[in-house]
Amino acid sequence: MSAPASSSVLAALSPRDTAISGARAQLAEIDESCRGPVLLFFLSGMTWLLFGSVLALIASYKLHAPDFLGDFAWLTFGRVRTAHLNAVIYGFSAEISVGVILWLMCRLCRVPLMAQPVITVAALLWNVGLTIGIVGILAGDTTGVEYLELPKYCTPILFLAFTLIAVWTIVIFRFRREKHLYVSQWYILAAVLWFPWLYSTAQLLLIMDPARGAVQAAVNWWFAHNVLGLWFTPVGLASIYYFLPKVIGRPIHSYYLSVLGFWTLALFYNWNGFHHLVGGPFPAWMITISIVASVMMVIPVIATAINHHFTMVGHFGKLKHSPTLRFIVFGAIAYTASSLQGVLSSVRWFSETAHFTHHTVAHAHWGMYAFFTMTMFGAMYYILPRITRREWPSEGLISLHFWTTVIGILLYVVPLSWGGWLQGKAMLDPKIPFLEVVKVTLPYLKIRTVSGLLLTLGHVAFFANITWMLVRTFGPYREPEPMILAGVGTETAPIGK
Amino acid sequence: MNYGPLLFLGILFTLAASWLGLVVMPVKQLGSLQPDLNTNTSVVFPKPVPGEAAQGREHYRSLGCNYCHTQQVRREGFGSDIERGWGKRGSVARDYIYDRPVFLGSSRTGPDLTNIGERQPSYEWHYSHLYNPRTTSKGSVMPPYAFLFELRPIGPDGPSTDAVKLGGEFTPKSGYEVLPKPEAKQLVEYLRSLKSSVELPEAPLPKSE
Repeated sequence: MSAPASSSVLAALSPRDTAISGARAQLAEIDESCRGPVLLFFLSGMTWLLFGSVLALIASYKLHAPDFLGDFAWLTFGRVRTAHLNAVIYGFSAEISVGVILWLMCRLCRVPLMAQPVITVAALLWNVGLTIGIVGILAGDTTGVEYLELPKYCTPILFLAFTLIAVWTIVIFRFRREKHLYVSQWYILAAVLWFPWLYSTAQLLLIMDPARGAVQAAVNWWFAHNVLGLWFTPVGLASIYYFLPKVIGRPIHSYYLSVLGFWTLALFYNWNGFHHLVGGPFPAWMITISIVASVMMVIPVIATAINHHFTMVGHFGKLKHSPTLRFIVFGAIAYTASSLQGVLSSVRWFSETAHFTHHTVAHAHWGMYAFFTMTMFGAMYYILPRITRREWPSEGLISLHFWTTVIGILLYVVPLSWGGWLQGKAMLDPKIPFLEVVKVTLPYLKIRTVSGLLLTLGHVAFFANITWMLVRTFGPYREPEPMILAGVGTETAPIGK
Repeated sequence: MNYGPLLFLGILFTLAASWLGLVVMPVKQLGSLQPDLNTNTSVVFPKPVPGEAAQGREHYRSLGCNYCHTQQVRREGFGSDIERGWGKRGSVARDYIYDRPVFLGSSRTGPDLTNIGERQPSYEWHYSHLYNPRTTSKGSVMPPYAFLFELRPIGPDGPSTDAVKLGGEFTPKSGYEVLPKPEAKQLVEYLRSLKSSVELPEAPLPKSE
């Protein structure tokens, strides 16, 4: 395979055109090439998000009204909760990640997406595999292994789809025209190389030919924590590193902090998993090594936080204008907060209380939603107008999306973290009967349902805005209008040095 | 950091390290544990879950019971598991050697079930509780599993001996009785099989027993 002809766009320009207009034309060509595949991943990802939100609402409501829809095995809590998790992790989060990865990689390598049908096939395989898997979970075919519940008759399809995506990302990288490697590219390459390894090891030792006894739990949490740490976190950070400087129009604060943050994350994060097993039936070294690594995570987290903060300093005013920046900055702050909370949760004295409670559930949503999902929303606000060459149709829907999700996730995480802590404290006191412990959690579980409604409303608003935008795209051609939230539209030369 | 190969090697070696440490090492250390034969009592422990209970274990997995119930007792002095009566000793790796998958669990929305077979040996309690947890535990948020039971007219020979005893608002309409389907029977066999009060060399029972 050969790289696409590199001079087509520039050659077509008039000699009077400047280097800037050449660069812009090249970016436009790259965006155009990404349009079909990235849109496909974004739209199917958003569909999974809406479906996952409905499942989440059912599951959340059931936890304080257990007889709701109680007559259907398909909708029993254990299955709906699991279908929700898999729909939002392997449907929404993974598919949006792939869309963002492809677009970022093409942009940063300065090559158009080649042989788009390969990616289209990967997207179709992924969706077909996942649909089979989610139906399987609702029908009772779950594997029973957390974060790996998809039945084994669908996971090879997902693995194949992911391999295509990983290979394609590396192919794009191989044919890059930009010599400089930006920090986002490091994270993306790491993510696409780490995930197949994690997934294949976990499938082999847990599903295909299960290891003996407690070893399964070890492999399970090595995988489950690393899916967050070595797949979603790198994609989220790659997005923050790209969009933050891009939108405010200045380079990232410190190259060296980026390097420090990347390598310390690579070194420490993948040893974290066993802090989920604190107090469990394992030799002490296994737990301790993960607690130590979890505490070491302070280094990459603080390095990244400082780097992002000092990039942003003096530009907070721009939050008013750019939806991308709002979501991304919220995501970046949430990353720091959730990681530091994670460090705390891993320590034995904290874990003694918080482990096995809703505190952990709140923490998972703090990471996967407040950090990752919000960051992905920000990325989509930037990418979609560029690949469709249309402006967002409704500023009102953007505001609705932003405020419902911000308030919704805060209303989810803050009360439930506290409620989980109270639950843990009550559980530690053997004089308090178990049903009294349940009673302690009820108000917080009800607040969670309210927050779920808010989040779902936000998702619907976002989906409506995207649909509206696309309907306009496929209609008669209209000149692109200026960005409604001024200040987002300036394309400049590549960021960083 | 513009040198691609260095980046690739770094990415691969960092994960290889934790793969060795957190996957290969546990496999080596815990992956070939054998059951223990107690020379004083001639008891072999643990044993594979017997037939009907093994089928029940599949329902436990399929219905997602493990999302609200753990099956691991934390050691004395760490948490209040033993004081709550969830087990007489802390769980150890050897307890799980026959489990596929392992149901350690990660959440205690409901109580731990490591030793539920000893704590709650009554069939009557289990059937009633599964049919609707509010029959035995007021205020419980556990889902009802009435779909594992069937409501059918009482036959000419009078009520079946298997009929679930239900009172109050749960009483079946007159002339009908509630019977457990095979799935419910298997699930209850599984729950009743969960017993952990057997000594292992690395996990002795408290002396007073």
